[in-house]
Amino acid sequence: MVRGARFVLAHVPGLVFCGSKPRREFAARDGDLRAMLRRRLRPFSAAVTYPPHQVMLGALAPEALRGIPRPWHLHPIVGAGPEGPAGTMIDEMTFYAWLARADTANLVHFTEEFALRLEGLGVTGRPTALTADRLARALADHGEPLYDRQETTVGVVVPGHEQDEALSAAVLLENLAAKVTGALALSRLLDDAQTPEINYLLGCGEEAVGDRYQRGGGNLAKAIGELAGVRTAGGADVKAFCAAPLHGLLMAGALVASGVHRRVVVVAGGSLAKLGMKFRGHLAADYPILEDVLAGVAIDVVADDGRSPVLRLDTATVHRIEDGVAPHQMAKALTLAPLQAAGLRMRDVDRYAVELHDPDITEPAGSGDVPAGNYQMIAALAAQSGEIARADMPAFVEAHGMPGFSPTQGHIASAIPYLPHAVAGLTGGALTRVQFIAKGSLFLGRMTTMGDGVSVLLERNPAR
Amino acid sequence: MVDLKGKLVLALGERDGVPAPTLQKCIESGGGQVIYAATQCFA
Amino acid sequence: MDLEEQGTIQRLVESGQRERMVVVLGTPNASSTLMIALTLTQGDPSYAGPLAGVPLGLPVYHILEDDVKQAIPPTVYDQEIGPMEFVLDKPGITKALEKVRVG
Repeated sequence: MVRGARFVLAHVPGLVFCGSKPRREFAARDGDLRAMLRRRLRPFSAAVTYPPHQVMLGALAPEALRGIPRPWHLHPIVGAGPEGPAGTMIDEMTFYAWLARADTANLVHFTEEFALRLEGLGVTGRPTALTADRLARALADHGEPLYDRQETTVGVVVPGHEQDEALSAAVLLENLAAKVTGALALSRLLDDAQTPEINYLLGCGEEAVGDRYQRGGGNLAKAIGELAGVRTAGGADVKAFCAAPLHGLLMAGALVASGVHRRVVVVAGGSLAKLGMKFRGHLAADYPILEDVLAGVAIDVVADDGRSPVLRLDTATVHRIEDGVAPHQMAKALTLAPLQAAGLRMRDVDRYAVELHDPDITEPAGSGDVPAGNYQMIAALAAQSGEIARADMPAFVEAHGMPGFSPTQGHIASAIPYLPHAVAGLTGGALTRVQFIAKGSLFLGRMTTMGDGVSVLLERNPAR
Repeated sequence: MVDLKGKLVLALGERDGVPAPTLQKCIESGGGQVIYAATQCFA
Repeated sequence: MDLEEQGTIQRLVESGQRERMVVVLGTPNASSTLMIALTLTQGDPSYAGPLAGVPLGLPVYHILEDDVKQAIPPTVYDQEIGPMEFVLDKPGITKALEKVRVG
């Protein structure tokens, strides 16, 4: 059973400067790019009232976005707050306070003034402060600067080892950011659901935690659990690019269904590297920098409680090595085949949760509307299999799809942002069945040219 | 018709369009030789 | 197309036999098709990459163009491309490439 899911969005405009694309573009191109980006960073209030973020927090239904004119940042939800039924948004100061708290290796240092401000928040003990002199030296010595939205240096992350690329300051910051956002999501889940005790944590983020001898050693899950105050669980990480959360969900479901564990939580933090990825497109379109949030998730998988939606493990499907990688071949393998095997028609699925990237983020950068493309493909399959006429494809998409709303945080956007809405719809609401479909671009790692994918059905508990 | 036989082809695929391995299968079946294949994910 | 990929392609083209080379694209829509086709034929118009102002002069096609489809055995095309022919914006893509060829 999937009892629920919680998301935490950390609004960190100062960290956009550390994103992979901004970093490389600043280095490669002349001009004012850095200053242009800084001028378009938005304040916390704008991020809170941004409609897609309210959907992530569970305060607004994805379908409601259809009634809001685009681009959505021009139509903030007046009066919306940072707390929603399915998540919380935190500001940059709070994130930095948690970063200090997460820093078990004493690698994160702040300016004296900023350290005092963080101490005042009461999140952490004594954040380490450096004098201006020592800070300057740390920055000159391969340290990674930490900025606020005004690009004022507020601190530094120092390397974990002089000669170890896997422990460079940039990598450590990336991993700490994932640890913090994952722990905050887990914490939020525990606020809403303390019991039963968690037995196992499955990490599913895309960071690589390790050192020179084991670059991808992993098990950030346990570190996340520790930071969130969980003591009863063990953990491990599932590594599968963007498809990892659904692979993790299947494994969590199987562990609980078999009785190995009673409660497993699938967790992930956000991707620092992806901040500001499409900033050039946003600057050109005169948008604010929309990729300014790190997202963390915690998915609660428990034994049958007579209420929570059922994870239909008998419909669990993984993309196999022999399956093709063209979009229609993947859709056939992941969407059509399991439905046919279960004796279901495509219209028997109330909603398809696909890659749910916010199109306002992707379109100005030329990447199109990813969810819409996926729904087109699904509708085309319905037409090809004779279930609907080609002319009915748009109506099928309208009825069974939804606008994208997720930050472009890789594994985070992969179907799971719909989980809180699915759980609500499958318990108190009007839904019977949802198919979750995730895909992973394995070829990016240069070990294969293959892609990957996972799908599974979530259904209303028969007891309801 | 574009005659692919004997051509050296750079196959630039996209994950949400037609990925490189798919382009490669098509091109090779048409007699072309793929000398570069890359799939862009989320350009 | 990122700077690194532009560099790789440029080196490949300059390494020899460019008269035999063609590009086949798998882009999903008209605008991405136009962007890549322009970069490869006229040189990178908006960036300072290795292909800035350097036209590669290679013929650029798209897998969905009828001229390309006819060069491929129908059973293979049907299996590999199939419904992508009408899910992707074939008319838009075709028009984009026509524009690049004329201009």
